[in-house]
Formats: sequence, structure tokens, C-alpha cells
Amino acid sequence: MTQAQEEAGSGNYLLEARGITKHFGAVTALRGVDFHVGRGEVLGVVGDNGAGKSTLMKILSGLFAPSRGALIFDGRPIRFQSPHDARDLGIEMVYQDLALAENINIAENIFLGREPVRRLLGGWLPLVDHKAGRDHARQHLDNLHIHVKSVEQRVGELSGGQRQAVAIARATAFDAKLVIMDEPTAALAIKEVGKVLDLIKGLKDRGIGVVLISHRMDDIFYVCDRVMALFHGANFAEAALCDTSRSEVIGWIMGTKEGQGELAHDRVH
Amino acid sequence: MTVSTDRSRTGNRTEAEAPGLGIRLLPILDRYGILLVILVMGLVLYALQPDVFFSWRNITNIFKQTAVNSMLAIGMFLVILTAGIDLSVGSVLALGMMSLAVANAAGWAWPIVLLLGPAVGLATGFVNGVGITKLRMPHPFIMTLGMLFMARGLANLISGGVPYTGLPDAVRFLGSAQIELGELDGTRLNLPVGLIVTIVVYLIFWVFLEHSVLGRRIYAIGGNPQAARVSGINVDRVLIFVYSLCGLMAGFAGLMMAGRTNSGFPNAGIGAELEAIAAVIIGGASFFGGRGTVLGVFGGVIIMGLISNTLNLNNVSVFWQQILIGLIIVVAVFLDVVRRGIGTRR
Repeated sequence: MTQAQEEAGSGNYLLEARGITKHFGAVTALRGVDFHVGRGEVLGVVGDNGAGKSTLMKILSGLFAPSRGALIFDGRPIRFQSPHDARDLGIEMVYQDLALAENINIAENIFLGREPVRRLLGGWLPLVDHKAGRDHARQHLDNLHIHVKSVEQRVGELSGGQRQAVAIARATAFDAKLVIMDEPTAALAIKEVGKVLDLIKGLKDRGIGVVLISHRMDDIFYVCDRVMALFHGANFAEAALCDTSRSEVIGWIMGTKEGQGELAHDRVH
Repeated sequence: MTVSTDRSRTGNRTEAEAPGLGIRLLPILDRYGILLVILVMGLVLYALQPDVFFSWRNITNIFKQTAVNSMLAIGMFLVILTAGIDLSVGSVLALGMMSLAVANAAGWAWPIVLLLGPAVGLATGFVNGVGITKLRMPHPFIMTLGMLFMARGLANLISGGVPYTGLPDAVRFLGSAQIELGELDGTRLNLPVGLIVTIVVYLIFWVFLEHSVLGRRIYAIGGNPQAARVSGINVDRVLIFVYSLCGLMAGFAGLMMAGRTNSGFPNAGIGAELEAIAAVIIGGASFFGGRGTVLGVFGGVIIMGLISNTLNLNNVSVFWQQILIGLIIVVAVFLDVVRRGIGTRR
């Protein structure tokens, strides 16, 4: 699988990963993981703590380079030097700890790292166009049906759900094709969870691929099209959502498959 | 600050409407409260010394005396915004000052002598920044503490530990020159160039921090460096820039002090880093990074200048100045804690 042509013919996925292995020193976090997600597809990724979900997502979003394996985006092999490269392709990540700066306002958080600029004095003095940032942020939030008092509110003043919404708005502000979310509902009050899940559905309707890491079966079975499980750093199981059940997916997380009497967990140790 | 069009569209009226007067005043107080403090202080000082305090001479004197701290404090502010600290600025001031004094004594041309102070400051700041980021020092405290000793040692080394006196007027211009404005009621009105320099520098920093991409990113890094990093911001490079700029300002302060004293002495600026930190903290900047304004820092510098000015005018012991400044630091930070408790949702 070195030739680009071969890979291009291999399916219609938005993002595909093949044989991803990742070592951290002596620790192997991922061994030969295969992964794919399509346009407008919501893929749930489940697995116990330490199963390798977060590591895989950080590789997909360019934060880590894989020790071995290939990434294929839109039919073309790619190699990320930094999250910047992934973002340029339209792969965005919403981090578990939100990655928002609480001391600055909503609009500035949305455009952090990609600030709108206007050039004064014949281009010699580039300044942040605060007004354009506010206007774009307001419009973008409206498009996503996210309601905040003002885009000039500091993020530190927002509730957990509002912060999550801002984080998602931030991820989708620039023509995103794939949004990766790490436990987006874990820190939220129950009444805010539904709003965030509906936001994810909204992204799907716009043709954006979504990868959702979650421990919550309610989330997975509310928004996902397909679910895959990692176990001890390797592929364990995967199915379309209509072909599986909550108890089966929970079994996957613990390392059991239907019909197998024993826990995979017991085999490993 | 609220956006009325947005509110009516989303129908979020009840939530946005009519916060208490105190809550609405809070952001304004937050921003301009320090001017109020200075005004009150000024009135009190005027009451204590009506003949002297508001005299042109005394006011310009305050600015002359605070010019050096102004330069150090604004550089320190940048560093503190990133949740860092630069303990070396006092020593770097001395190193910049000695470098230019020694170079002058060696017969170098005045433009080079003039630029040498700031350039040396820039270089030491760059070393600080590289040490903190690339050598991965566990905290800026360590790297800049090391630089505090190294720069002081270097300043002594190049001068043999003795002062050098006598500098050309061009080199002294920023630190000591006066612009004559004319006469009023028989007193000559002279505007110290140092005051103009201070104002210009603070305006530049204000534009930089509020309106430039890099300036906004410095705030973001102070708020959450991880967020900045995953946003594709090269945090290390920004930090190196920040420490370099802080060093540059320290070297610049060295140039100003050399101008004012017409000399270079290797013991200059001992403890000046603490005064700069004090001004920044009194000005309302958060020690944990990400919060504070240029206006606040300016206010902090002026408050410290007013205190020492008035205590000098009233013949109060310099020891009381130290006690008072210490008290003000504690009170200012306490007020900040209270203010933050009201303003932020936790």
C-alpha cells in the first residue's frame, strides 16, 4: 500500500486509517488499528480507559504522528506535521478539556489562531478586525442555533454546555469536513446534553463527518450511525448501529463478544 | 456591551434583561477604576500639600522618577500576562547601562552607544525565552533567576565594578532632556522627554496588546496555553518574543537611567524587578496570566510614584514607603479576589 492510486481506489471514505501503530517509549498505545469514517456519518468510538481512543483521535487530528500506518483523506494519502495541517484539510478536534481560553470572549475563542485581520497604513499595520470577528461569530452561532447573550461574553462566564457549544462552533467555523469530539457530554448537566447531541445531528445534516468518543450509551445510540470498539489498543468490534444493541456495545467495552463465554479481559491477563 | 439585535432575534430577553446596577458598573470599574483611585489619591495629596503637589514641577518630577519603572513594568506585564515572571530585569537594566557606558568610554560612536543598551537587553531577553521554552526550564522563575545573577555579574565584569560617568547629550536625550513649553506665572514649563517616551511606549503597547494578532494570542496563551497550542499557535515562539521584548524594555530602561544620571553604575536597578512586579500587580494584572490592561499597569506605576512622591514631600521615612507599598499590593490583590468572585461563574 505505497501507491497513491491503489489507495485512491479503496473506497469512498472521508478519512481512513490503516494499520495505525503508536508507541510511547516502551508502551504500545495502538497496534495495527484500522479506521474509517464517511461524509455525513456519525461514528461512535467506544472503549475502556486506556483502550487507545484518545491516542487514535490525536493521530487523526495531527497532534501525534503514528509510529506505523497510513492516513488517507478524501482518497489521498496524507501525513500531518502538526494539527495545523489537519485543520487545513478540514479536520477539527473538540477536546475533552474544551481547549478554550476563559479569559477572552466567545468571538475571540472561535477565531483563536485564525484571527480576521484588516491591514492599515497600506498593509504595514495588520490589526485584528474585532468587528468582523464578532459579526462572523454571531452569524455562525446563529447558523448552528446556538444562543448566547453576547459574543463578547468571556468564556469563563459560560455554563459547561455553552462552553461545549462554543467549542463546537469553533471547530466548525472554517469549512470543517470532519469533526472529532472527545467525550463532549461528559462534563455537562443532563439538560444540556440533548442540546449538544442535537448540535451533532445538525453537523451531520450539513454533510460533516463526526467522530464521537463517548462512554455514554445514550449519546451513542441517539446520534451515531455506526459504532466501533477498541480494546487494549486494537480493533475489537464494529457494527452499524441498527445491527447492535446497548448491551452488546457495553460488552465490547469490557472485551466480550456475543457467544464467547469468556471475557477477553481474562485472556489478556 | 450586550448586542441588542442578537437578543431580539434569539428571544433571550428575560435572561439578558436588567442586571443589577452593580453588575453593570462592574466592567467599567474593572477597566477604569484605577483612574478613580489615582484621582482620589491626587486629591488627598493635594489636600496635604496644596502649594507643592499640583505644581508643574512636582507633577513632571513624578513622571521623571517613574520613567524607568514604567519601562520595566510594561515589559514585566507582558511576561506576567503569559503567567510567567522575569526576575532578571533589574540586572539586565544594569547590564544595558554598563554596556553603553563602557562602550562610550571606549570611544564608540554615539548612535552605537545609544542602541547598545536596548540591544543588550533584547539579547538577554532572547536567551531567557529560549531557556524557558527550548531548554524546558520547569518555571520562568528559574531561568530568569539565573539571568539575574549572570547579568549582574557581567555588568560588574565589563566595568570592573566601578561607575563610568559622562555621556554624550544624544545618548542622554531620552532620559534627561526637557522640552521648554514657555512660561506661566513666572515659572518655566519644561516637559521631560522621558514623559513623552513613556506615553508613546504605552500607546504602542496598548495597540499591540489590544489590536494585534500577536497581542491577542499573548492573552490567549495566558488564559489557556493548551488551547492556544491546539489552535495552531506556536506558543514557544510567542514566549520567546515576549521575554525578548521584556529584555528590550529593561535595556531601554537602562538607557533612560543612564541618561538621567549621566553615568553607568553596576549596582543600578537592584530590586527594580520587584518594583516592576509590584506596579503590574497593583495595576490589576493577574499573576496567573491572561488578565490585566496596559492602562492598569500605567496606573500601578503612577500609584507607586505618587506614594513615594508624597512621602518624600511630607518628609516621611523611606521605610514607611516600603510598608505602604507592601500593604497596597496585598489590598489590591485582595480586591481582585473579591472582584473575581463576583464576575466569574464557577
